[in-house]
Parts: sequence; C-alpha cells; structure tokens
Amino acid sequence: MGKKRVAIVGTGQTHHKSHRPDVNGQELINEAVQRALEDADLTIHDIEAVVIGNMDHFEGINYVDCWSVDGSGGTMKPIIKLTTGGTTGSTLAIGGYHMVASGMFEKVLVIGWEKNSESDTTGAITTAFDAVWDRQVYAGAISGLAAEAMSYMDQYGATDKDAARVVVRDRKHACNNPYAQLRKEVTIEEVLNSPMLSDPVHLLDICPRTDGACAVVMASEDVAEKVTDRLDWIWAASNRHTYTYLGDATYGHLDSLTRASQEVYTKTGITEPRKQIDVIELYQPYSFAGIMWIESLGLAELGKGAEYIWSGATDMGGELPINPSGGVIGCNPIGATGLIRCAEIALQVTGKADARQVPDVNLAISTGFGGCFWSDIILHGKNKPDY
Amino acid sequence: MEDIFEGMEPMVYQSRINIPYNWWAGDTASRFLLAIRDERKILGTQCDSCNRVFVPPRKTCPTCFTDNQGWVNVSDVGILEAFTVARRQLAALPGKVPICFGLIKLEGADTALLHYLGEVDPEEIKIGMRVQARFAEEREGKITDIAYFRPI
Amino acid sequence: MEKAAIIGVGMTRIEANKVRDTFADLAWEAVNKALDDAGMNMDDIDNIVTTSNDFWDGRTISCMAVSDASGAYDKNVSCVEGDGTFGAFYGLSRILSGSYGTTLVTAHSKGSEGVSSLITNATFDPIYERALGMDMITGCAMQAGAFMHRTGTTAEQLAMVSVKNHGNARYNPLAQLPMDLTVDDVLNSEMIADPLHKLDCSPVSDGCCAMIIANEERALKYKKGPVWIKGVAFCSDTYFLGDRDLSQARSLAEAARKAFAMAGISNPAKDIDVVELYDAFTYQELMWLEAMGISADGRAGRDLEEGRFAIDGDLPVNPSGGLLSGHPVIAAGLMRIGEVVKQLRGDAGQYQVKGAQRGVAQGVNGRCGQSHCVWVLDKNK
Repeated sequence: MGKKRVAIVGTGQTHHKSHRPDVNGQELINEAVQRALEDADLTIHDIEAVVIGNMDHFEGINYVDCWSVDGSGGTMKPIIKLTTGGTTGSTLAIGGYHMVASGMFEKVLVIGWEKNSESDTTGAITTAFDAVWDRQVYAGAISGLAAEAMSYMDQYGATDKDAARVVVRDRKHACNNPYAQLRKEVTIEEVLNSPMLSDPVHLLDICPRTDGACAVVMASEDVAEKVTDRLDWIWAASNRHTYTYLGDATYGHLDSLTRASQEVYTKTGITEPRKQIDVIELYQPYSFAGIMWIESLGLAELGKGAEYIWSGATDMGGELPINPSGGVIGCNPIGATGLIRCAEIALQVTGKADARQVPDVNLAISTGFGGCFWSDIILHGKNKPDY
Repeated sequence: MEDIFEGMEPMVYQSRINIPYNWWAGDTASRFLLAIRDERKILGTQCDSCNRVFVPPRKTCPTCFTDNQGWVNVSDVGILEAFTVARRQLAALPGKVPICFGLIKLEGADTALLHYLGEVDPEEIKIGMRVQARFAEEREGKITDIAYFRPI
Repeated sequence: MEKAAIIGVGMTRIEANKVRDTFADLAWEAVNKALDDAGMNMDDIDNIVTTSNDFWDGRTISCMAVSDASGAYDKNVSCVEGDGTFGAFYGLSRILSGSYGTTLVTAHSKGSEGVSSLITNATFDPIYERALGMDMITGCAMQAGAFMHRTGTTAEQLAMVSVKNHGNARYNPLAQLPMDLTVDDVLNSEMIADPLHKLDCSPVSDGCCAMIIANEERALKYKKGPVWIKGVAFCSDTYFLGDRDLSQARSLAEAARKAFAMAGISNPAKDIDVVELYDAFTYQELMWLEAMGISADGRAGRDLEEGRFAIDGDLPVNPSGGLLSGHPVIAAGLMRIGEVVKQLRGDAGQYQVKGAQRGVAQGVNGRCGQSHCVWVLDKNK
C-alpha cells in the first residue's frame, strides 16, 4: 500500500527510569537517537527529516520540537511535531510512515519522549479535558479508566483478580527487557493488596511515571534494503480519535480500537487475528485494559477476555504473546510509549529482541492509546506487504 | 442557530494552569551553573570534531553528534551581537522596564549567550560594544547568578 | 512530487476576542465553509489533520477540543503542533503516501484566552533563559535590531510595511485591523521594545482556517478550479538564538530553495505573482523576502519604497493585510496558503491581484523565525 513501501531499519531507546537527573530533555532524546542511528548503521547526516513528539504540559516547554534540535539532530533539517496525547508515540510512527511513503523523504527519524518526573502528571493530564464541562470532575487519566473498568465488570462479571493476572504477566515479561523501568515480578495478592487509587484500580494495576525516549529510523523501499537486511515493514495503520467529551465515550469496550483494527484487518485480509498475528505490543496503561481491549482487537468474544488471559495464551510461549517487553505497566514515558510499542515490535520482527524474543514472527501489531479513549494500530510484517 | 443566542450574555470562565515543574538541569548544565556560583567562572564545552566552543554548554555537538568531552574556560568579557530594550511592561518581565536584553559572544566561545545588560543608559547601547559579566553577590546556581553584562 | 491540489478553503473572521465561540465553534465554522467552498460534505473527506498548540489553548492534547467539530468521528486523524503550514504539509503527505484521496486540514487558536507574553516566554529554555523574562516580542525586537544593523534597513522602511499591510486590510472583510496609516503614525506609536513600535507588531488574535487537499483524481471532481501544489519544503535552524546569526534566515533560504526547485522556479522575483508571508512583525516581511531571494540581500526595504510590493506593484506581498492586520497564531500560516488560493482562483474580491497565476505562502514556527515552511502554488497544473 502507498506510493512507497516503508520499513523500520533501526530503533533505539533509553533505559527508562522514574527520573533521570543526569540529563535534560534534549539530552535524553539524544541518547535514544544515537542508539537508533547505531542500530541502523547510519549517521545523523543520513537523516532527511525529523518527526518528533511529546505532551507539552509534562515538561512545560512551548514549541518543544524547536527547543530540542540539539538532541534530535534536527538543525537545518525539516522538523515537524505531532502530538495527540497518549497516542502520540503511535501517531508519530504513523507520521513517519506517511512522510516516507509519500516519496518526499527516503530516511526519516521518528522520536517520542517524555520526562514525566519534571511535572505533576495528573495535573498536566487534567488540562486535556474541557474546561467548562469535564475538567472540574475528572482528575487526570485514572478516573476515566476506572470508570471503564467498573462498567466492564458490571456487564461481564470480571473481577479485579482477572486484571491482576494481566499485571503478573506483564511484570514477568518486563524482567526480560533491559530497557523496562519496573523489572520485578509481582503476585496477584500483591496487586490486590496495593493501595486503591480509584475503584477498582489499585496502585500496581497502573503504569508508573517515567523519563524515557525512543527513536525509530524509517526508510523507503528504495533504500531500506541497502541500509540493512533486517527490516520491519509497515503493512498498515489506522486510528480513531473520536471523542472530545468523556461522557460521549462507550465504557466497557474500546470501540475506537475495534474500528481501527477492523479497518486494518479488512485492508490486509486478516480474518483470524488470533491465528494470523504472532505477537502484540498493546498500549495497555492499566491491567483491566488487558482483558477488555483484546476483545476490541477481535482476539476474544465480548466478555471472554479474562478466560483468554487465564489460559496462558498471551504469556511468553503461548499462542499469541502480548507485551513481551512488559508493556506500559513496565514503563510509561508517555510521549514515547506508543513509539516504544512500535520499536519493540520492530525488534520482534527483525529477531533482535534477545531474551524477550517471540519465535518465528511474521505479522505483528503495535497499538497506541490515549486522549479520550482513542486508539491507534499498526500492522508490521517480516516481508514486504503483498496486497 | 445563532439567533437563539441573540442578546444572551456570553459566559466567560476564568482559570489558571497551575502545574509545578522541576526541571532536571542534567550534569552538563549543572557543571556550568556550579562554576558560576562557586568560582564566578564561565565554562563552555568544545566539540572534538569541529572544535566549536558552546556557551551555554552542550553535552553533544548539535551538528557533529559527538560527545563534547572538553570543558574550556571562556572569558567573562565579550562582544554584544544583538540587543533590545523592553519599554512596555510585558507580563513575562521579572522587573520594571526598561529592561535591556542582549546576545553576548564571550571571548573563547563560538556561540552567544542571552542575558541582561546593566549599568548602561539604554540609549547608549550599540551592537559591537565590549561588555563584561557582573556576578550577583548572592549566587544560587542559576543563570541569574550573572546579574548582567556591563560595557567596558 | 505527485500532483495534489487545494480544492476548498474556509476561514473565520480574524478578531481580537471571539467571546461567543469556543475552539469547537471556530472549527465548525471554518470546516463548513471549506466543505461548502469545495462543494463537498464530510463523507468526501478521507482523513483529517488538525493543527493546534497546547500552550496557546491552555489544554494539553489541544486537538481534542476540535476533533468532533472537525469531523473526526470514525475517521483517521492526526494532529500537528506547529504553524498551519506544517499541518498542511503533513496533510499533503498523507495523500502523497497513497493512503487517502482527500485530507481536511484545520488550524486554530484563540489568543484572547491566554497571556501571550507568558505563553511565548514558555518557549525559552527553562534552565538557561526562561527566568530572564524574554518573550516573542522582545526576542523578535532583538532580531529586528540585528537585521537593521546588518542591512541598513531603516525604521521608516519597517513602518512602510505596516502602512501597506494595514492599508490592504481595508479591502479584506475578514481582517481584524484595517487602518489608514502614515509612516509617522507608526514611528510615533508606543515603543514596545527597541526598535519595534506598537504598529510594527501584529496583534494576538482569534481565528481558524480549514483547507481541503486532494490528489489529482479527486481534485478534478470538485466544483471549483483546483489550485495545484507545485513545491513545498520546510527547515529548522538552531534553537539557541546565540547559535545562529539572528540577522539571517538561513532555514528559510533552504526551505525556499527546495520549494522553488520542486516547482521549477529559477527566478522567484520574476516568476511569482503574489506572496503571502508571515509578517508577525514589520521587519519580518523584509527579512523573509530577502531570505527567499525575492529581494536581493539588504534590498527589500528599498524595493518596498519603490512600490514593488504594493497591491498594484510588480509583486504584491500580503494583499490580504497579512498578520499585522490580524494574527491568530497557528491558523496564521494556513491562512497564508488560503489567501494565495483565493488570489489564484480570482476570488479575492477587492484585494485581488490581477492575473495572478503563481503564488508563494510562507509560515513560521518557533522563536525568531527558527523554522519555516514554504508553499508554491499554481493555478495551472
């Protein structure tokens, strides 16, 4: 699809931490960029354009794409910023894709980053919501997600124990990922006994706050194979950023992900995602999403998500591993997170995922989530798209 | 649709965004600021490839992308490359107008530093003037540890 | 570059304070105007790119405020944070990638809802600069002084830009500040920061612009004549003001060079019929004209004095009145493109540049012209 096929030729990320006092934001970006260039065996001079993003209010810097040129390597290059809340990272990947597929640039550097330690995360997120209608009532991200979880539990009888099983999986997976922030296993009891933040979401159900950056180099089919033979091809991408007001959203299933994934499946001829997809990096900011949103992806029928999780199918070694990196529960530098999902899938497809490698990856999915129950989805493949 | 609102007073709701920030200066900026605070010295970093000396210092050269390992002393004297005098009391200004801003290229540096000009009549300021840093008596490890630059 | 065209434009009036309109109201107005202009409805729009800025809007995820009103329901969307010219670029790339046949691009801001000095002070580095209290006006004043020092451009020449643009605005029904000025009026207006007087500066305004871009196949289906995109490029300079020569806009020179090359233009001064550029301040009009090679280095002031850029001159610049006559940040660059489209279609009414076939629109992002985006548009395919 597209005028030029596009492949990821290199990725880099920082070792994500709760705070990085040794660097400022653009130095953090530079770490990820240097690693991605090294992975792709390119220099900054090979890069023709930079696509970068974060969520402004977390760092308090306006025109931040302009501010960070020293770190991004963008001096005297085209630089463009995309930002769409939590979906920023995946939106950036999609942005890089279009910039290359358009034929305007052959090699593009995509960067997502966040230094969440520098601000009050909830205070900053709260400004996302309408000042007159929503901001006074909903605090940050947690309350909306908690309401969604409550609604699902009410409809289908799932429990917080089901959600805790997702945490156990992801925290175990994160132990294989040297870049993840939280690298210690937890038990179901520990999750359920952790402090309650907003019914039914406990502290251990939710992602941490992180300082981190991720960079991905995308190249056009005309040059990708000359850069490296380990390519992750972008097959298709779709998103739905539908709602403005929290009250408009559907609670209990993520219809933005349903629609976006259906568009991708239809476009690429995927009829049985459970069988045809080999691994998924799901942007899952809290545990309950791990049960609900796999239904939205068509992996389980409505109400059957928990059953699929308990079967072990989504653990490493299972039929369809989810979040081999440990996912968002393992670390969440918000502007980077969606791009990290994309980069982790690139590592899976190209066989570079080391201890967290899923064997024989042919087709894989990375998703993004954020805003007002918005979703992005990208389908990656080992071979050049053939449809 | 507009007709039904005819004559209705538009409601305006006031608020402030109050997000506290703690910016990590990072090791590079910290070293620069501590040298000013503790030694009244201005430092720059030098790129091994292109030899440019950056003030404020950079961890990595923006064009060569090599780590700037070399720290060099830069003079506290330099040339004024650009300036302005704020006359209207704009909201961001921390003090009363007139406030004089300038870009000062210190001897030994290849980039100019943004700062204030002081001890000077605003009407006398000229591009090309030689100026020298005046350090604040009480210094805290901030850019305002340099109080301003004055003509010499 | 494959062929793509602009087939619909919609703009709100530019006003000091649109107190009756929320961001969504602005988007609704501009989007519907653009759809009507193109003779389309929302089903004909394949995807949407909104453009906004979180600081100006006082809202993180500022795109959320306009997504419903921009028709995002069940469509692929994205958001660019930066000037509208950059948003339009991304919207164009989503067509050239083959993914979509039409893109709706919107850009908005309501300057009336925030304190612009604080919002632009936030562009300064938190460790090295912010505490000094510089903002966009003082920063650009510093650049104006450096430009005047290097090129010998005079305060009178700057003032003439203001006289011309506010004067042009008298014929543009959407402009905020149509004014009949003399050079003395400008020079006698309050000095904000040396050398910029009040009338050297644009206001901070409210406004929204929407635009529909289409690939060649779809462009030919819609009612008005499409305006073809012949060249477009963007480029960013260094961030720290002291890292570059503030009196030169080399990132603009680079972007213009690329855009003109794409469009096959070797002599912009002769081959272009109209220019809408980003005149946030009077000196910027002259500085950008020189950087784009439309005037020789240091000559734009004299070219202006000779009447070259007047609406009946050789190469009219900002016949709409430009940003000096109304400046909704972010929407500003998209409006530049929109105004060129109007000119090339012959739709500019009383401020029409006669026989305009080819035009240039330019937008700026960042401080003191750090990053520029240049568009070359043509009536002819």
